[in-house]
Amino acid sequence: MIELTINGAVHRLDIDPDMPLLWAIRDHVGLTGTKFGCGIAQCGACTVHIDGQPSRACSLPVSAVAGQAITTIEAASGPVAKAVQAAWTALDVPQCGYCQSGQVMATTALLEANRKPSDADIDAALSGNLCRCATYARIRTAVHTAAKALA
Amino acid sequence: MLAKMMTRLANATQSRRSFMIGSAAVAGGLAVGFRSTEAASAATGGVTPFNAYVRIAPDNSVTVIAAHMDMGQGIYDAIATLVAEELDADWSQMKAIGGAGNPKLYGNAAWGGAIQGTGGSTGTTSSWERYRIAGAAARQMLVAAAAAEWRVPASEIRIAKGLISHASGRSAGFGELAAKADALSAPANVALKDPKDWVLIGNDKLRRLDSMAKSSGKMDYTIDVKLPGMLTAVPIHPPLFGATLTSFDASKAKALKGVVDVVQHPRGLAVVAVDMWSALKGREAVTAVWDDSKAEKRSSADLAREYRELALKPGLATARNDGNAEAAMAGAARTIEATFEFPYIAHAALEPLNAVVRRNADGTIEIWGGHQMPDIYQGTAAAIAGVPPSQVTMHVMKTGGSFGRRAVIDADVIVEAVAVAKAIDFRAPVKMQWTREDDMRAGRYRPAYVHRLKAGVDKDGRIVGWYNHIVGQSIVAGTPFAAGLVKNGVDMTSVEGANNLPFDMTSVEGANNLPYRFAAQKVDLTTTQTGVPVLWWRAVGSTHTAYAVEVFLDEVAALTGKDPYEYRMSLLDPASKHARVLKLAAEKAGWGSALPAGRFRGIALAESFETEVAQVVEIAMRPDGSFKVERVVCAVHCGVAVNPDNIRAQMEGGIGFGLGAVMKSQTTLDKGRVVETNFDSHEVLRFDEMPVVEVHIVPSTDAPTGVGEPGVPPIGPAVANAVFAATKRRLHVLPFARVENA
Repeated sequence: MIELTINGAVHRLDIDPDMPLLWAIRDHVGLTGTKFGCGIAQCGACTVHIDGQPSRACSLPVSAVAGQAITTIEAASGPVAKAVQAAWTALDVPQCGYCQSGQVMATTALLEANRKPSDADIDAALSGNLCRCATYARIRTAVHTAAKALA
Repeated sequence: MLAKMMTRLANATQSRRSFMIGSAAVAGGLAVGFRSTEAASAATGGVTPFNAYVRIAPDNSVTVIAAHMDMGQGIYDAIATLVAEELDADWSQMKAIGGAGNPKLYGNAAWGGAIQGTGGSTGTTSSWERYRIAGAAARQMLVAAAAAEWRVPASEIRIAKGLISHASGRSAGFGELAAKADALSAPANVALKDPKDWVLIGNDKLRRLDSMAKSSGKMDYTIDVKLPGMLTAVPIHPPLFGATLTSFDASKAKALKGVVDVVQHPRGLAVVAVDMWSALKGREAVTAVWDDSKAEKRSSADLAREYRELALKPGLATARNDGNAEAAMAGAARTIEATFEFPYIAHAALEPLNAVVRRNADGTIEIWGGHQMPDIYQGTAAAIAGVPPSQVTMHVMKTGGSFGRRAVIDADVIVEAVAVAKAIDFRAPVKMQWTREDDMRAGRYRPAYVHRLKAGVDKDGRIVGWYNHIVGQSIVAGTPFAAGLVKNGVDMTSVEGANNLPFDMTSVEGANNLPYRFAAQKVDLTTTQTGVPVLWWRAVGSTHTAYAVEVFLDEVAALTGKDPYEYRMSLLDPASKHARVLKLAAEKAGWGSALPAGRFRGIALAESFETEVAQVVEIAMRPDGSFKVERVVCAVHCGVAVNPDNIRAQMEGGIGFGLGAVMKSQTTLDKGRVVETNFDSHEVLRFDEMPVVEVHIVPSTDAPTGVGEPGVPPIGPAVANAVFAATKRRLHVLPFARVENA
């Protein structure tokens, strides 16, 4: 039995301790907002927060995160997340949208830690999150928009 | 040209298929059908639309049923805009879903209407008449219903922002009158709005309908489909293209917890398990023996060498031959020649391929997936499942990208999903889910090509002869599309017997239809054969043809000492759309004005899918010789701008997609094995590499043309031309990251 704390709820799961957190979240907890893109922490589609830190759920075995506070896109509902989502929709950032859960989670973590990120800060925070539709320019604008809204 | 191929295929498909024309009405709501009208008939290429494009629910929501798959390009929003405009709906009440299963309703009008499909940037063109007519017909029926209900003349009924009203003070939402409207006969004719009365078409303030769902994890893709008892399958594909299964041992895999079965299917094996992780663990435990005697074992370097040799010979087929280019070049004051090399590239859409299959108790089959060609997949799935196509329902999901990958003719992942479900006797729904490695290793790719170009100029620098020889694989050879190949103005007899391969127009598009006025030109094609599965990749032929042409033209300009912009303009009809976008991009970018130290410009123009795009880039050179693309000014002519902000988004996206590809992306073969199998080695554009993009849309009253792909072709050559301006070096081998360019 593995005990995972996801979005404030405790889940006792009879799963392989090696199972990546991503598949536990998707297949066993049933939250599918967190996406699978690469499986090797190269694309960021699976970004969740673990104790507030942006982390790649595809490459973390559940045994390594038991007992830690895991937050997925479904629970991204604080003032920062709301500001981020408001900016995302105002600017129509998403195209296919498949990477955007990860982009929103990465951005939310950035703004939680840094309310006035520079372009270089944004580059550093988001260069691990691929967007094949290349919505990057709008994401950058949206990050600044969200930061201003939170100021 | 793609359109004509589709039509031929569609006609062949249609003759052996019975169509289901059922009512899709929502209980208590309105499903707008409209009778065949002159306008509808003309707009849809002979198809008779007779069923639901628009559903109005009691809660006033208006759901459009889209004939085109939304892979991120925003076609659902375009279709909703067209309907809402004519219906006088409020944008906030609009919704969109995908439709399928009836080509008479959903056939791609830009392809002749006989088959449903999304590709070639045709979605808005295909929808332009159809969905405005649907909206207008729905409006007319609501007006008639209101008139009857309120006992007032129909001419006195007004509709604005979703509210039906009369001067007497009566008013109603759509939902209230939907059922009564539904009971009326559809109008024989409808009048479409005068463009001056448009409030939604061209409205820059409309936001996409799905942005919040996609920003909050609520958008469901195929990977997110959950069905009771559903199992997950992962494939085991041959290690080499063309290898076949000899034997396999699944005993260890089957002993693992969570593994349900290991089954064979027409494309290899699959491990079926209770969840993804169990399937992946099971896959590692399967041992398989493959017969690779007929497999493709060449390396990319081998193919490039062969292609380069072929490029030096005359082409096996001729796509265009105007004047006598060879003689003109022989007599030219100066000639110039260059050979370009393009790699295979995976589409690398972020959602790896997948499909979900369920057989219901009544024997009907349902398939959820990124159905870019649903009619073809329905037929293929039905044949595997052993049921008539009418018993297969295709649920068209929004997809996490595609870039052409899900417009696959052999229905690969759907074949696997259905075959695996059948192998376990359909006892549970099956989700076939590829991993990133499966997605990049199992094909398909933009074909590799070599282009050899030669030009001759007279003493004044005018091009007297132009020659382009393209060497590479055909995308359509071996598919049903090959039978439908047509060639605009090219004599098929000139290619017969050359090597018995079809002449694939997608190999030469963007090279044989140049807007430039050359005194003489010849475009040759040598189609090669390899075992590597290839496919259309966002912007198809123009992904390589536009690069070679636009970089080479820049070289000719440099040879003659002319400015690259001025030189292009001198070759264009000044009244053409090409000249207009080129001029607009140059003006907006300040072409010719001074740049800060270390900054350089490049320019390129390309027409693809009847949309003209010009781009001017600015690069900043770094001390180490590398560079960053800082700014791209893009001008586009795409007819009426239905959703201007989405046109900008598609140009931005096309630029980023194309930029990553020319800089870094390639799929290489090492003795037949794919080397780049994930994003650590198959590199794509990352956040910090994205330039600032500025898009200018040429105002137009022409019918809309596509924008999903045409942003891609100009970016590569524009950047390469800027690199030349900075370094005097030409980038002839792609991607730029290749060691040959170091």
